[in-house]
Amino acid sequence: MTAADIDQIIRATIHATWRVVQPRLIATLSRMLRDVPLAEELTQDALVAALEAWPTIGVPDNPGAWLMTTARRRALDHLRRGRMLADKHDMLARDMLQEQEIVPDFDAGLDDDIDDEMLRLVFTACHPILSREARAALALRMICGLTTSEIARAYLVPEATISQRIVRAKRTLSGSGLAYETPCGEALSERLASVLEVIYLIFNEGYLAARGDEWLRPQLCDEALRMGRVLAGLAPDEPEVHGLVALMDLNAARARARTDANGDPILLMDQDRALWDRSQIRRGLRALERARELGGAGRFYALQAAIAACHATAETAADTDWRRIAQLYAELAWLVRSPIIELNRAVAVGMAEGPQAGLDVLDEIADAPALSAYHHLPAVRGDFLQKLGRLAEARQAFEAAAHLATNGRERALMERRAAALHAQDI
Amino acid sequence: MRFMYIVTSSQPMKGPSPALMEAMQKISEREIKAGRMIDNGGLMPLATGARVRIVDGELSVIDGPFIEAKEVVGGYAIFELRDKAEALAMAKEFMQLHLDHMPGWDGACELRAFATPGVDGACEVDARSGVAAHA
Repeated sequence: MTAADIDQIIRATIHATWRVVQPRLIATLSRMLRDVPLAEELTQDALVAALEAWPTIGVPDNPGAWLMTTARRRALDHLRRGRMLADKHDMLARDMLQEQEIVPDFDAGLDDDIDDEMLRLVFTACHPILSREARAALALRMICGLTTSEIARAYLVPEATISQRIVRAKRTLSGSGLAYETPCGEALSERLASVLEVIYLIFNEGYLAARGDEWLRPQLCDEALRMGRVLAGLAPDEPEVHGLVALMDLNAARARARTDANGDPILLMDQDRALWDRSQIRRGLRALERARELGGAGRFYALQAAIAACHATAETAADTDWRRIAQLYAELAWLVRSPIIELNRAVAVGMAEGPQAGLDVLDEIADAPALSAYHHLPAVRGDFLQKLGRLAEARQAFEAAAHLATNGRERALMERRAAALHAQDI
Repeated sequence: MRFMYIVTSSQPMKGPSPALMEAMQKISEREIKAGRMIDNGGLMPLATGARVRIVDGELSVIDGPFIEAKEVVGGYAIFELRDKAEALAMAKEFMQLHLDHMPGWDGACELRAFATPGVDGACEVDARSGVAAHA
């Protein structure tokens, strides 16, 4: 093994360890400093310290504890410099210093029960004061431990874009004078909704890759799922957390079946169900059960999970209970007025009662401004028209869908469907 | 990526020491909370189960006594992790617990990626060296 190999192994170890302990480092430092952006910064310093030291001293036996100790020392130095000794955290800082001087316990930070702290961190990263993009970037960075360049790659945007987003978000947080606390009562559900929304958006971005030529970006799905599991551990009595985890698990379970060998999309009804991940489906169904036990069956994420469960439990495409799915979409539409939900309801109604019934639902949302650039609307329309034998209109609809599609693979799929009709339509 | 961790030992299974149990429980709890561990379990000695084998085209059930004490699987865990580097770091941390809390124990933690397109080989972490066998 060459020195370069060893270096490579050490770097891989550092980054792997880092991703695991980073959220706990930030949470621990946040507790010491009462300042998340600053905690995040000093945590980054610990990473740099490891990258500098380990190639020389070797990987410590307990790399996580090494990082924790280093990060805590940085935080203590910061407190010692007295910037915070002057303000209302005076006592806290002094206690911390004394405690540290008496027993320098290097493992303490790893063994502490920091659930509350983690929850605070999640709430801070996903604070509604921040834009959705900023929340997602901060969450991926502080909770999932992704680097800026990893986030940029996942979103297919330049690294500078993400850097700026994170810097601005941290500045917003620092300048907002927000209380660093876990909300309770009415505020809790509002804040929780904001966290769930971020996870949901990250998952969807990965699952329905809106941009670029990949149909699926699994990393974002995985990160969202992980964040969902973390949140379920932190807030186990919140039904919608389990609803969201169920929704993500049940959808992600289909990932392997969603693309063919060329990476082209395979639609739900055409998928090989043997490729669906059964153990993930079981986990999803368990999470949905938990959401129902907690009284959340009729809520936003649980309803969507219930729809995904209808698909997951249908042995073949022909077994799909479209009536039930149409009914669940109706409940969802009652909860949230959204043309996109209506569009999905149209698909279910079309499957349950025939293409004409589906088309009737579509006609009601044909002019919705929210859907004017949404290629799924003409795509679904084309599908109904084709089934009704109105081939010329169907072809036009597929062409319109191809024109609107932002994902290269979806565009190609629509072009193929239009071309196939062109061949028939002589 | 999903990984299966299989802990094997060639020593007669006395079961983990209380200190090791506690340490493993702590790490499991942490990993579940971190959304990384999705399943785990310790396995009872072979005598509590059986072995169903095919030899020369014949099915045979062996349910003890098991004289040959070869590698015995003591436990397993399933993790959802980003890559092999992360999986290896996890396994080393786990095996370090065995070094720290159960001196004299010999064994291995084998980690394997679940079969999905585009995943390469597996690796092993040895309790004595604390180094990946292939590194």
